Amino acid sequence: MRLYLEGIGLCAPGLANWGEGREVLAGNSPYRPAEMRVAASPLLPAAERRRTTDSVKLAMNVGGEAIAQSGRRAEDVMSVFTSSGGDGKTITAIFETLASSEREVSPTRFHNSVHNAPAGYWSIATGCREASTSLCAHDFSFAAGLLEAATRAVTEQSAVLLIAYDLPYPPVLAACRTIAAPFGAAMVVSPYRTAACLAELSLDLCRDVETPLEDPELESLRAGIPAGRALPLLMAVARGEERRIVIPNVAGNSVAVGVDAR
Amino acid sequence: MQQLSLSHFTVTSALGSGLNATLAALRGRRSALRPCDFETVDLPTWIGMVEGLDEVRVEGALAAYDCRNNRLAQLALAQDGFREAVTEAVGRYGAGRIGVFAGTSTSAILETEQAFRRGALPPTFPYRETHNTFSIADFVQRALGLQGPAMVISSACSSTAMTIAAAARMIACGLCDAAVVGGVDSLCLTTLYGFHSLQLTAEGPCRPFDAGRSGISIGEAGGFALVQPGPGIALLGYGESSDAHHMSSPHPEGLGARRAMEKALRSAGLRPADIDYINLHGTATKVGDAAEDKAVAGLFGGATPCGSTKGFTGHTLGASGIVEAVISALAIAHGLIPASPTTATLDPEIACGYLIGGADRPVTRVMSNSFGFGGSNCSLIFGRA
Repeated sequence: MRLYLEGIGLCAPGLANWGEGREVLAGNSPYRPAEMRVAASPLLPAAERRRTTDSVKLAMNVGGEAIAQSGRRAEDVMSVFTSSGGDGKTITAIFETLASSEREVSPTRFHNSVHNAPAGYWSIATGCREASTSLCAHDFSFAAGLLEAATRAVTEQSAVLLIAYDLPYPPVLAACRTIAAPFGAAMVVSPYRTAACLAELSLDLCRDVETPLEDPELESLRAGIPAGRALPLLMAVARGEERRIVIPNVAGNSVAVGVDAR
Repeated sequence: MQQLSLSHFTVTSALGSGLNATLAALRGRRSALRPCDFETVDLPTWIGMVEGLDEVRVEGALAAYDCRNNRLAQLALAQDGFREAVTEAVGRYGAGRIGVFAGTSTSAILETEQAFRRGALPPTFPYRETHNTFSIADFVQRALGLQGPAMVISSACSSTAMTIAAAARMIACGLCDAAVVGGVDSLCLTTLYGFHSLQLTAEGPCRPFDAGRSGISIGEAGGFALVQPGPGIALLGYGESSDAHHMSSPHPEGLGARRAMEKALRSAGLRPADIDYINLHGTATKVGDAAEDKAVAGLFGGATPCGSTKGFTGHTLGASGIVEAVISALAIAHGLIPASPTTATLDPEIACGYLIGGADRPVTRVMSNSFGFGGSNCSLIFGRA
């Protein structure tokens, strides 16, 4: 499958946006992990902004950045949201309520707990009525999301916004599932070349060994966060390289991405 | 695009285990809903519960996956010759060429709820095997010995419907030759108390499209289909859309629903008059049924027979797409438009061709609608191959 990458969004500790992240990934500036702050998207109505969750903030932040760079109107672009665990804070709060004697679950918290909450808020905020998938494949969520985005783009001959995001769980669940840090990455991919093309991508399944990163701190983001598996691909784009990247996927069906960003 | 079919399919819901039990209940107009006696839940509501699930165990190499959700999956995979059909497909295509695209909204969070109530998660808590949203696809892939691409789609109540569309795209792009689709949602406290907090649960059995409808009855179910080229119930088309309106209520004019149905018709190359029966999403909420009616009546007028089967099974949430895809397949295979056993008086405001009593007549093409929180819509069209 051949795709054209038109826009990137990034938000992770020390990689506050694609502009900053690109310089770090290109090797032009050193990687300095920093605490990240994500504001609610200005696309959301004020009432929604107040009660929005961390996962919605993160997903919308990177999605908005990628769409702006592509020059496309968000309302015209299908979307794929992939996350290895959704919003751990929201579901933990529900579990605590259900473990109490009152069991009075907050209705807002309940509708925010669905895995597709970021997709719902994105569609409300942008007015996009196009198709959208919200998916999960545990540690392999980025590769699975990339395949879903690619097959949507190719079969429907239309651009797709892929948003991958993960957040650490709060205590209790954090003891049995470690996510190293919050991480969001987004890509707009199109089945045809436009002036916005940043890189040509060709996707195949393979059984090869995944591509790691050399820098130990960046590698700990890649290996420690499922959405961080996007980093080698983004690094090839940042460096303007032609390179084959292998992204690990379910049952050894790794995704080989030929990146041509020259 | 290559014609794909549901070559084999199965379902377990409150109606019973397997196609025969399901068909018998549909023909006998027997609702499986009952007052809620699930776990420690104390709510004035009715449910559609699968009998005997507490006695099922996932054992052996996959024992870590043992939970209500995967027990339901294990039950479903073992019936209607489904596992044998998958084994045969492995012989034909190879295990690496068969994908698993499964759906769920709540995965196995019942067990996590129970652990929180006991005060702590044990150090051995099987997060990946049970709680994580991917659990159902992971379990099914391992239980069937498959090695192709896999994922879980979790878009609330459209989840399992969307797995069928995803499989069609994956096969069209050559990433696999066949796919196991469907999935499971099982009862848990989060959905029972959550829907209650939104005032969306009925106190009695849900009554889709009834003048006096007052909300949903939550159910549980597991269902799977094997999608491949060749004979079976043909997947003629699919359409997906987003409402862009509200997180927990549908667009009041049903704009997103209509868009999904229009796209499904376009992808199938069909006109509204070509559809013999519409299996509605019809959850029996005041606003949900009204919005779907506007969308259906606007596109089809009042002549196309339609009905909701939620009065039989309850709203099985993320599983409702595969449950109703299987019911649609049974409608085509057996010439049956299911009745609405809990609907007494049709809402006079309803303009679509709602058929409370159902009908025994040949059915060639069926549209099945699934709409979820977040405004996620999926419409599927099935027919004779």
